[in-house]
Amino acid sequence: MAENVYILGITMTKFGKHADKDVVDLGAEAAMGALADAGVTMREMGILAAGNLMNASSGFGQQLQKQIGQTGIPVYNVANACATGATALRTVIMAVKSGEVDYGLAVGVEKLAGAGLLGGGGTAKTDGKVWSPKGRYGAVAPTDGRIGTDAMPGTFAQVGMEYGHKYGGASFELFAKISEKNHAHSTLNPLAAYSKRFTLEEIMGDMMIAYPNTRPMCSANCDGGAAAVVVSEAKLRTLSLEQQRRAIKISASVLTTDPYEEACQILPNVNTLTRNAAKIAYEQAGVGPEDLDLVELHDCFATAELVHYDNLMLCPEGGAVDFFNSGAPWRDGSTPVNVSGGLQSKGHPISATGIANVWEVCHHLRGEAGPRQIEGAKVGLAHVIGLGSACGVHVLEKSAA
Amino acid sequence: MVPNAFSVLGMYPTIVPVRPPDRNARTRRRAAVPTKGRSVRSDDRSLGNLRKVTDTAAAPTQVPLVQYLVLGDRPHLVANQCTSCGARFFDRRNACAGCFDTTFEPVDVATDGEVRAFTIVTFAAPGVPVPFVSAIIDCDGTSVRGNIVNTAPDPEHVTLGMRVRLTTISLGTDDNGTEAIGFGFEPA
Repeated sequence: MAENVYILGITMTKFGKHADKDVVDLGAEAAMGALADAGVTMREMGILAAGNLMNASSGFGQQLQKQIGQTGIPVYNVANACATGATALRTVIMAVKSGEVDYGLAVGVEKLAGAGLLGGGGTAKTDGKVWSPKGRYGAVAPTDGRIGTDAMPGTFAQVGMEYGHKYGGASFELFAKISEKNHAHSTLNPLAAYSKRFTLEEIMGDMMIAYPNTRPMCSANCDGGAAAVVVSEAKLRTLSLEQQRRAIKISASVLTTDPYEEACQILPNVNTLTRNAAKIAYEQAGVGPEDLDLVELHDCFATAELVHYDNLMLCPEGGAVDFFNSGAPWRDGSTPVNVSGGLQSKGHPISATGIANVWEVCHHLRGEAGPRQIEGAKVGLAHVIGLGSACGVHVLEKSAA
Repeated sequence: MVPNAFSVLGMYPTIVPVRPPDRNARTRRRAAVPTKGRSVRSDDRSLGNLRKVTDTAAAPTQVPLVQYLVLGDRPHLVANQCTSCGARFFDRRNACAGCFDTTFEPVDVATDGEVRAFTIVTFAAPGVPVPFVSAIIDCDGTSVRGNIVNTAPDPEHVTLGMRVRLTTISLGTDDNGTEAIGFGFEPA
């Protein structure tokens, strides 16, 4: 039986605009922060997993080593869409769990301030002078906007609308209310890119991006980094009582992709792989959704948050609308969701996201979250989705020590 | 074994190419005024035109936006269907993503369907005209991505569960006189 693994140190930078720092600076800030929080140095690290999606072929991990410490350890440069950070963390967890190393460092960083629409859906389109077939579909012209949308806001709008079609009750106003909640939560988070409260009217009346997602209902592009130091239980027990007290147990670490289902290659199915990851995670951790004191889930768009209430089994199947309307996911509700403000206000520097959400949960489990502390938090869950797709779920528990 | 179903299906319509009207002819005639000591002889022009017609004789007058759209009297979409489990794919696969079987056959996709999800896109990349309605259509069990067309792009006119049918749309004519034809779904 592989041994337990813990988060020994974890940090996130302020999310927002960091015009004076490049990705290596931001990554270094996050990594040094996590090492300091853990009370260790690069000397102890046995593995580094690093993610920077926008420069995925740049050898970001090695650049980071040159900035903060080159010890010859293996570097895994990872790229897994919006699940890149969670993938870096899981890579390190697997290495520690296997017994190959005692310590590992996971880092995710992105510079996205002012980036606009991401991916293929954000690329300018022009028709050629001659209609000539290109690519797998033999398309004679760009298809974005002609055969549906390639961009994220519309893709995730359809995900939410599909849920509404299946179970009913999902309206523009309901989705806007989810965004209202997250923006309200963000006012207590000093590291959020945006911490302004919006009224429901302001959210619904803002610029429409892809119905029913208006601008404040979309994740905020911003700069940011996050990093975590992972340690084996055996090694942790040799450390100071203070380090042991602040260490957070990783009760479950899961990464899934989408299994084939009809339609999944037409509209990405972000549901099944999340449900599968959640099932495995609850089983690994020996906890159920009812045990969770807080959840950070991947609200890249307001329409996405709704479906993940259901996918993470925070409510009965088909019951996400009722779950939200009951007030459960507000910070004073029965299952607080995205008390950080979520991606819609905290921001979504892609590769940092899957570690920053773990930081948020750890922050509460350590009782260090200040004014936004969820009192008595003992168990939390962090979830990310990378379209394509990859889903990362981590269940975290307050240390018994 | 159908490695590329589309080559088998004959994706291009078998319309006999009509000689594209030589829109340049008149312009050329007008420009055929000798300039700067360089003269253009009329027989040279004729030869040039003749050569051009010969070159484009085999070109189709219409092409589909994507290979899985079949034009003609009854425009429809085609898919590669796994002969083992029936999973359908709009492009090529080496093995079925669902059951790993390696044989596929081309099948016609139903042209009528129901809107299962939609969004009205009002902000897109440069060069993508907005607004447009992107939707996922359930065409008798086969999910299809496409735009909802021929109705107002607002949530009063586009609704979940609405019945739609496939229609074609001209995307315009290129420099060779070939017209590209796309598809969308209109209220049924």
